[in-house]
Amino acid sequence: MAESTKDKVAIVGMGCTRFGEHWDKDINDLIYEATFEALEDAGADIKDIQAVWLGSVWGSQSAEGGGIVTGSLASAALSLQYLPVTRVENACGTGAESIRGAAYAIGAGAYDVVLVIGVEKLKDVGFGGLGVIQPGRYSPVYGMGGTAPGRYAMAATRYFARYGLSAEQGKKMLAMVSVKSHHNGARNPRAHLQREITVEQAMSAPIIAWPLGLFDCCGVTDGAAAAVLCRASEAKSFRKDYITIKGLGIAAGPGWGKERTDYDYTSWPETEYAARYAYREAGIRDPRKELDLAEVHDCFSIAEVIAVESLGICEKGHGREDIESGAWTQEGEIPINISGGLKSFGHPLGASGCREVYEFYKQYQGKAEKPSRQLKNPRLGLAHNQGGHPGKFVAGVTIIGAP
Amino acid sequence: MSGIVSYGAYVPIYRLSGEVLSRVWGSRGKGERAVANVDEDSITMAVEAALDCLNGIDRTQIDALYLASTTLPYKEKLSASIVAAACDLRDDLHSADFTSSLRAAASALQAALDAVTAGSARQVLVVASDSRLPHPGSASELLFGDGAAAFIVGKDGVIAEVEGSHALSSEFLDVWRLDTDAGPRTWEERFIIEEGYNRLLPAAVSGLLKKLNASPQDFAKAVFYAPDARTHTAMARTLNLDANKQVQNPLFDVLGNTGAAFAPMLLVAALEEARAGDRVLFGTYGDGAAAFSFRTTGKVEAVRDRRGVKRHLSSKDLLTNYGKYIRFRNLMEPEPSLEYRFRTSLPLLWRDRKMVYRLRGHRCRQCGNIQFPMQNVCIYCQARKDFDEVRLSDKKGSLFTFSLDERTPVPDPPNVLAAVDLDGGGRLYGQVTDRDPAKIKVGMRMEPTFRRIHDALGIHNYFWKLRPCREQ
Repeated sequence: MAESTKDKVAIVGMGCTRFGEHWDKDINDLIYEATFEALEDAGADIKDIQAVWLGSVWGSQSAEGGGIVTGSLASAALSLQYLPVTRVENACGTGAESIRGAAYAIGAGAYDVVLVIGVEKLKDVGFGGLGVIQPGRYSPVYGMGGTAPGRYAMAATRYFARYGLSAEQGKKMLAMVSVKSHHNGARNPRAHLQREITVEQAMSAPIIAWPLGLFDCCGVTDGAAAAVLCRASEAKSFRKDYITIKGLGIAAGPGWGKERTDYDYTSWPETEYAARYAYREAGIRDPRKELDLAEVHDCFSIAEVIAVESLGICEKGHGREDIESGAWTQEGEIPINISGGLKSFGHPLGASGCREVYEFYKQYQGKAEKPSRQLKNPRLGLAHNQGGHPGKFVAGVTIIGAP
Repeated sequence: MSGIVSYGAYVPIYRLSGEVLSRVWGSRGKGERAVANVDEDSITMAVEAALDCLNGIDRTQIDALYLASTTLPYKEKLSASIVAAACDLRDDLHSADFTSSLRAAASALQAALDAVTAGSARQVLVVASDSRLPHPGSASELLFGDGAAAFIVGKDGVIAEVEGSHALSSEFLDVWRLDTDAGPRTWEERFIIEEGYNRLLPAAVSGLLKKLNASPQDFAKAVFYAPDARTHTAMARTLNLDANKQVQNPLFDVLGNTGAAFAPMLLVAALEEARAGDRVLFGTYGDGAAAFSFRTTGKVEAVRDRRGVKRHLSSKDLLTNYGKYIRFRNLMEPEPSLEYRFRTSLPLLWRDRKMVYRLRGHRCRQCGNIQFPMQNVCIYCQARKDFDEVRLSDKKGSLFTFSLDERTPVPDPPNVLAAVDLDGGGRLYGQVTDRDPAKIKVGMRMEPTFRRIHDALGIHNYFWKLRPCREQ
């Protein structure tokens, strides 16, 4: 009989590089920086680590393309001596998966102390954005030219059509999401984008993929985040203010959303399933009331709206009312992406899921770096992470909280 | 008696006007000519014309496909086989390319008539398609158009019987193109017209008339090739035809000279308006000349649902940007992209050939849902390998959602991505072509269209895109 992992696994140390364009740092530097920050935070030594979960999509991408990413990437960067290193990947949802793997190993009693690393070095390629997705099984002709913004923008178009928003109304709703993300990012010293913007700026910005403009899209970012995990029963030997994992949910959709006539583009079914699994484990019935913050996968402004609705934090189709009422701001009913989100904190693919947990971890400990962005006594947080594109996602929901 | 059973045509959506060319070159261009989109070539246009021609026709009766063109994209590798696959024709088929001459369509038509008359084929699909590249700034640029025509030749259900034909072969050299030439070369007009065209076409026509014991006045319509409007007008006089009553409008000012497809397209235009019992003279030219006489039957007036030439011509977008045209024709070196290198794989294209070329999907026998791509397990009900194959290329649908992606390095940004719900079930996801981005709207009517997606590894990678229906 399967057991719940609730409160069995603790996070006792975390690290996160500043996210951004690190022209002077390679992937080893990023891994080194995040890992040793996490180890020092936990008061642990690198030699205490018994196993590693490494989450990275492309590792270090260069103009010549990506290399093969294996566990050796972590070993080489940290001179680990023959440790078991598991490299995981679920595209942009890799972070959630790496934490989940590590947590299960601790929960199973296989190890005492393990390390989670999420990392991506994207800015050595010579162009902005992520490039064009190479078509999959039906390549080289089916689904040609699908970029991340191009595919997420199809969801925005549909959201507008379904809920009767004019282009102007829809663009404005999205602009308000981005204004909030930039506002939060501007106060976060580790965020990639630290500049406030206005609704007018967002609405008149150059189009990336209609209806998404420049400010609807996340930065392309280098960065790494790391976490040290142990059994909750032993967490106090590291620190008093550790957090525990309350629930873990991952759902890989069948991936035929683009091809099924009943797929609507205005909700993320994979996220709904992942949330259902995680809420059940964590015992959450009303996420909007029970959660103190949510870090959601907002690679695009529309993704935040649909994610929050799919997580059950907001009723479907009512995201606009929440945004207009300020319900998702720092002062609002439920702060969404107080870090700045993928949008402004940045999105180094494999690192984002781990970085979302980092935000709750620091908020819980009262260490949000700047008092202006510190939440009052948050006890329960959610990290939502997904990889793929509308119609074909792997989604992860990680619930973390006070022990 | 053997003859034409069905016809169809295709004119690309874009028109390049003489006015635009005048602005660029300071010439005195008039009218407009049809130009292929960036993802079109003689194969894709042939598919369009063939599908127009196959509208309502039982495709299993087609025993051969002959493709006539001077601009086939492969020097070695058959193009007719690609057209046949995209038309979802049977595999046990005679397929052949007729090429290298502006008269290629007449040769294909004669071969088709001979096969049908001899009984070696029930029906033959004859397609003529051309996209000749004029040199920028040349007189040809004001003249050349792109397009295609298609005919089914058979014995049953004939709409235009062939009364006879007459062909001449000549070593006369007037227009030619070497392997390394982008566009055609030619000689002084006075020589090539007076000694070539003006002698050979009338000789073929008079040969035909002699065989039929007929005179020019016996024809309701005369359709014949000419390199340009002035020469066409002069030829009408030479052939003793009444310019107003008998001569089919050569469409130079709205279509352009579409090379090997030109006379066939004019023949389609004539059949679109023909009455039962009309005699139609059809003259083609190139390396000699060939003339045919058709007599329409009562069935000709029943075929009025083709987009053909007329309706295709009335559905158009003006290409007002010459720079874009230059990019479409690959006449300048694009900025090198660090971002994207196209890939392809022959085993993959081969494995997926039913989807890639025939646009076949699956209909689940358990739940009835149509799905593309084809599956092992139904994406709706998870039934295992219990499907019927269903052709989706002839279905229309409604635009469910879309985006206009400015970031994908395509020659004609934005890259329009769309999900289209097909009438009768199934959803297609893909790129949208032949579109004005400002006019794309959720709910608009869409249809699949066979296009050249990219040329990775020197392979022309064809597949289906979506486009707003040519007739909204």
